[in-house]
Amino acid sequence: MSNVTEMGIPAQKPGVDPNTMSIIVTKGSLDWAYPPFILATTAAAMGLEVTMFFTFYGLPLLMKDMSLQVTSLGNTAMKMPMGGIHMGMPNLVSALPGVDAMASKMMKNLIKKKGVASIPELRELAVEADVRMIACQMTLDLFEYSKDDMIEGVEIGGAATYIEVATQSHINLFI
Amino acid sequence: MADQVLDAKGLNCPLPILKAKKALKSMEGGKILEVQSTDPGSVADFAAFCRTTGNELVEQEEADGIWTYLIRKSG
Repeated sequence: MSNVTEMGIPAQKPGVDPNTMSIIVTKGSLDWAYPPFILATTAAAMGLEVTMFFTFYGLPLLMKDMSLQVTSLGNTAMKMPMGGIHMGMPNLVSALPGVDAMASKMMKNLIKKKGVASIPELRELAVEADVRMIACQMTLDLFEYSKDDMIEGVEIGGAATYIEVATQSHINLFI
Repeated sequence: MADQVLDAKGLNCPLPILKAKKALKSMEGGKILEVQSTDPGSVADFAAFCRTTGNELVEQEEADGIWTYLIRKSG
């Protein structure tokens, strides 16, 4: 019982290195690409061993050529700062051709202006920090991608590969 | 006082931490890195970074919106 706290919550998983983290990456839009890459690079900088598992719409984040976009469609919380106020976009307008491209351009300008790293930059830092990246084989098949489309160093695996990683990771996140 | 200076002004989370880590990597144990940041979130983040990595946050101060951290590399 030595590793169980008063609340009955295990203080640490027995036999698991506390400095380990895994992230399942399921979203590949410009905005949702941030949380996994920020957390992976920061955890690696703090001495953690990090594994990222890219599945479904997260998979495009491993492509050599990333053309990430953001959409305001159905995203009621997306309000862009404009001349001192925050502007949302009605769904009817968001659905028009070209609006996603415009919103993506605005977001990229904002990111640059505020000194926020770009996604290609964060991914590069993750690679440099030896973050292990696994691409989901089933997603590759489903959406007809090839390993050649992806950056170097990416491993291929499936659910069992991830579960094995998860059993050996102290922190497991789904984003 | 510092052995190396890192200008992270204008950079947002998590870049000041990532660049600090990179700078520390090339330094010997006991040497001191000075980091300059304009990110208000860096106050909590550098404290957490140092607690977790074992590097010592020797000093921090703020002047005119610029935070300066002195970090002694562990080992």
